[in-house]
Amino acid sequence: MATFDLNDAGVVVVVGSGAGGGTLSNELAQKGIKVVCLEAGGRHETEDFQNDEWGSFVQISWLDKRTTSGSWRVAKDFSGLPAWIVKAVGGSTTHWAGASLRFQEHEFKVKTVYGDIPGANLLDWPITLAEMEPYYDKAEFKMGTTRTNGIPGLPGSNNFKVLEAGAKKLGYKEVHTGRMSINSEPRDGRGSCQQIGFCFQGCKSGAKWSTLVAEIPKGEATGNLEVRPNSQVLKIEHDASGKVTGVVYADKDGNQHSQKARLVCVAGNTIESPRLLLNSASSKFPDGLANSSGQVGKNYMRHTTGSVYAIFQKPVHMYRGTTMAGIVQDEAGNNPSRGFVGGYELETLSIGLPFMAAFLNPGEWGRNFAGAMDAYDHMAGLWIVGEDMPQETNRVSLHATEKDQYGMPVPNVNFDDHANDSAMREHAYKQGSAVYDAVGALKTFHTPPYPSTHNLGTNRMSENARDGVVNKHGQTHDITNLFISDGSQFTTGGAENPTLTIVALAIRQADYIAGEMAKNNI
Amino acid sequence: MRLIDKTPKVSRRTLLKTGSVTAAAAAMAPAAVMTGKAWAAAPVAVSADEFATLVKMARDIYPHDKLGDQYYSKVIEGLDSAAKDDAAAKTMLKDGVAALDDAAIGMKYGSYNQVPSEDERVAILQSMETTPFFQKIRGTLITGIYNNKDLWPMFGYEGESASKGGYINRGFNDIDWLGQG
Repeated sequence: MATFDLNDAGVVVVVGSGAGGGTLSNELAQKGIKVVCLEAGGRHETEDFQNDEWGSFVQISWLDKRTTSGSWRVAKDFSGLPAWIVKAVGGSTTHWAGASLRFQEHEFKVKTVYGDIPGANLLDWPITLAEMEPYYDKAEFKMGTTRTNGIPGLPGSNNFKVLEAGAKKLGYKEVHTGRMSINSEPRDGRGSCQQIGFCFQGCKSGAKWSTLVAEIPKGEATGNLEVRPNSQVLKIEHDASGKVTGVVYADKDGNQHSQKARLVCVAGNTIESPRLLLNSASSKFPDGLANSSGQVGKNYMRHTTGSVYAIFQKPVHMYRGTTMAGIVQDEAGNNPSRGFVGGYELETLSIGLPFMAAFLNPGEWGRNFAGAMDAYDHMAGLWIVGEDMPQETNRVSLHATEKDQYGMPVPNVNFDDHANDSAMREHAYKQGSAVYDAVGALKTFHTPPYPSTHNLGTNRMSENARDGVVNKHGQTHDITNLFISDGSQFTTGGAENPTLTIVALAIRQADYIAGEMAKNNI
Repeated sequence: MRLIDKTPKVSRRTLLKTGSVTAAAAAMAPAAVMTGKAWAAAPVAVSADEFATLVKMARDIYPHDKLGDQYYSKVIEGLDSAAKDDAAAKTMLKDGVAALDDAAIGMKYGSYNQVPSEDERVAILQSMETTPFFQKIRGTLITGIYNNKDLWPMFGYEGESASKGGYINRGFNDIDWLGQG
């Protein structure tokens, strides 16, 4: 495995090893480019993962201090945990459930299609679906997404069968076990899904694609990639001309090191990435790096989510099997006659008894709550994933006084639902209940959004430098050798789980970076 | 479908701890027998009466009739032992119990433990549900009850599955009642 010197100014430094950073690191390494990938968390391999919700939560979650504000319920129930994401090699691809959906064509140009929505800071992406399609093809092939490349769908679990039966009774047509980057048959050196049921806790069979099992080992095998775990980047450094020159990071003992770089690609997820740009403010860039637009940290999106759980007369055992292999796509299009713009997916979801207690209705107690928990094994569940509106006031900013263990200001996440988000969620709750009512649900519950798993938009892509942080390649408008490589690039969120798009963008960005490096433009 | 045996299991450890009283018998025993130190090691921070009140409160917060008091008692034991050398935590527990008793006295009962109906006890708890005391007890119960692996079978949850080969041959798709109307 390669190791690179701290003073090697020829390397590309990638900050983060998740869907964006892990994929980009491998893609660059495959092209012969030297990469140092700095990962804040530790390295836990497949055999280290735990089929234990709280045990795993403590093992892999990002639990560093964060604060919250705004009217979203997460700020009340989980005030220190705005996001449920991962601090480990592989990032949140260790935790993701595998749903791999392409954006729809209109979702790349929502300002044009939706028009002016009061309070929403809408913008068209500077790229189109047609430009993305070749990269979606590559991403699906790389990830082994079911229902693409001739790969069969996963078999339906009990939870899926309930969803499917209800959805079909309701007249929904696009109902299947999803496009999932979980092997339905052995592929790419990894086995097939064993229906273990702990997709969120790190797949213990290796059937689920993650950068930990699929990208990073391949990159390391080239001899061009060094992944350095327990290395939290605190600051990006630049020279007098404004070009970035490297990063300062803290190792597991808190000792700080300076790693030189030819270019820096930031992929720390949508809270840490803008935080790092803001914490890198200097006399030359007093508002933070790449922030001439003032948009760094703004337009935070988290998808319009929520869950519906239903109790039936007879058992379901929803926890048996793949967590998210089930989808209803009929509501995903843009149909403003429903009372909102954009659309949403309904996807199967199950959580174990411990997390059901924490999330079903946080804070509730008494006979009603206990009665619902008594019926846990008779529950079916789904998750709503819908497009939410970017708003400038929904933002990641630096806390004025709170500092982390390295003395750096912690991030605050402020969020309020837009009226469009609320209208969509109410519609989705109603439809989700109707699905289960159609097959005899005794009772349905509308569970509020969990701490955010889809975190998007805080370094958004824009045609013009005044409107956003990065161009169509994720290159910052202000600094040519500074890139953003994660979901914070998203101009808008679409209705789809974001990982496939993050991976496709990373593959595309690697092509661009290699080309620009070859031309000595960066 | 492959169903789960949800009847409470009495482990040897439980038997030793509870003498000859089985969980099934306990479920039918009068409340006075079930609460307090009959189930637990002697409390170290609060009194036996205070301990009994906290156990009663715990059951009133997450009332599962199928669970014996020992499971609630175990959670309170944890809070009690953590308060042994923590004056603030100890004060919170003792003052909290005193507030419960005061509210009961206001309703013409001798103490919280003597309030006969769950509805009336719940009314007392509702009046204090925003207090740090109540939130501490409730928050501790969320993991103390629902993350107690001994209890998972009684809720029909099977927990860890990877070592058993997942559910691919153990009922992930065995639902048999859909389409029966």
